[in-house]
Amino acid sequence: MAVPSFLARERTVARPGFNRWLIPPAALAVHLCIGQAYATSVYKAALVKHFDASLTSIGIIFSIAIVMLGLSAAVFGTWVDRNGPRAAMFTAACFWSAGFLVGSLGIATGQLWLVYLGYGVIGGIGLGIGYISPVSTLIKWFPDRPGLATGMAIMGFGGGALIASPLSRQLMDLYDPAYDPADKASVPAGSAVALLFVTLGLVYLVFMLFGAFIVRVPADDWKPAGFDPSAVKSKALVTRDNVSAANAIRTPQFWLLWVVLFCNVTAGIGILEQAAPMIQDFFRDGTTSAVAATAAAGFVGLLSLFNMGGRFAWSTTSDYIGRKPIYMVYLGGGIVLYLILATLGSTATWIFVLTAAIIISFYGGGFSTAPAYLRDLFGTYQVGAIHGRLLTAWSAAGVAGPLIVNTVLDSRGTPGELVAGDYRPALFIMVGLLAVGFVSNLLITPVADKWHEPSSDAVRTTERSAA
Amino acid sequence: MSSTGSQPMHTPAALIAFAWTLVGVPLLYGLYQTVKTASSLFTG
Repeated sequence: MAVPSFLARERTVARPGFNRWLIPPAALAVHLCIGQAYATSVYKAALVKHFDASLTSIGIIFSIAIVMLGLSAAVFGTWVDRNGPRAAMFTAACFWSAGFLVGSLGIATGQLWLVYLGYGVIGGIGLGIGYISPVSTLIKWFPDRPGLATGMAIMGFGGGALIASPLSRQLMDLYDPAYDPADKASVPAGSAVALLFVTLGLVYLVFMLFGAFIVRVPADDWKPAGFDPSAVKSKALVTRDNVSAANAIRTPQFWLLWVVLFCNVTAGIGILEQAAPMIQDFFRDGTTSAVAATAAAGFVGLLSLFNMGGRFAWSTTSDYIGRKPIYMVYLGGGIVLYLILATLGSTATWIFVLTAAIIISFYGGGFSTAPAYLRDLFGTYQVGAIHGRLLTAWSAAGVAGPLIVNTVLDSRGTPGELVAGDYRPALFIMVGLLAVGFVSNLLITPVADKWHEPSSDAVRTTERSAA
Repeated sequence: MSSTGSQPMHTPAALIAFAWTLVGVPLLYGLYQTVKTASSLFTG
């Protein structure tokens, strides 16, 4: 599928002297926008009331978007690698923005299916393409610090929710004078959400297009000043060879890493999904909890900060201690922390908050370190496409995590009456999952030579002819 | 701002500063708002 010449990959090849520190803000311009996907709870109640629908019917909008994220990243990953980041980021901007506009039309006309189609399907495609395109570009610009590079971009995805939540509240307050963001019982009108969607769609379009037009790819022979590629090769598991996306999914390493990401994300989502009621239930005495609703909201905010911070800090740390060891920390440390949470979590608020916060930082770190791990194992040739295929683990975890926790809690009692002990079976299931992930990570070895592309020169020739 | 060809170029520091400001300001706004919300965990 050809792209217009102004988006073509060859038009984005940086000339000598280009400063690579212009690339992280280009990546952040996209990820800060698509990270809004984590802020959908802000208008959930408004949509339930507007459509007179169930929470599940409205929750499906987010589920469709996340499933489409995984599918589009997997399906369009090779196209993204072939056509370069400008075409990909431009396309992502159009889809993400169009998703909001179609969704807005659905809200304004009372057609819920249009919101599914708009935000869920069309926006979800924008999410998938937007998620992978700046990541693979940053990896190529920072071969000396791939963990830092992927951490910067994927931190932006966590940051996007931090921006979109308060901004959405303020905008809905502007569009609906009767709505009071400070009052938890106040629900904005559907028309305010429709206008919010239009505003976000247009603002995100401008922001993402800015990223698309400043992004560049490095020339084939470019390397950072003072960088010695042979020093990278000397590290365990790090290859200078390249594996195509089609071959990568035929290797055990890809599927082991898929299991690692699936287990890490499932365990993290288990806490994230239930954060506010969970902290209240852990400190419940009868029908009242020692933790007030406002403090529970503060706990959710704190987890968001650790989610975002973990994405940057842990991924950057992986540049120094290696990708396999850092996942041993995420998964092995996660096992210990989940056990502490299950056994001692209800004894003191600070123990609960601290363990949950570190677990969520590992959850974020697992996301941002994954593309750097892929680059170590499979090279940079089609790392975007391979990353796209790996993100199907996120989609699967997005279904499995809440399913595990909700099934366990449904079998233990009714919301508002649950206590710490009711969460233990779910927490022990997460411990088991993390153990599976830990073993999978241990089994990861360098990719066999037979999967490597014939030579680096051949790869470059293929890349050029494809572009 | 075409980037084709192999003529050396210089990326203006102002462009880099502008780009970082454009993404940094909203991020700081989000961080501030979230820290404000999170603080209620310790005060609320």
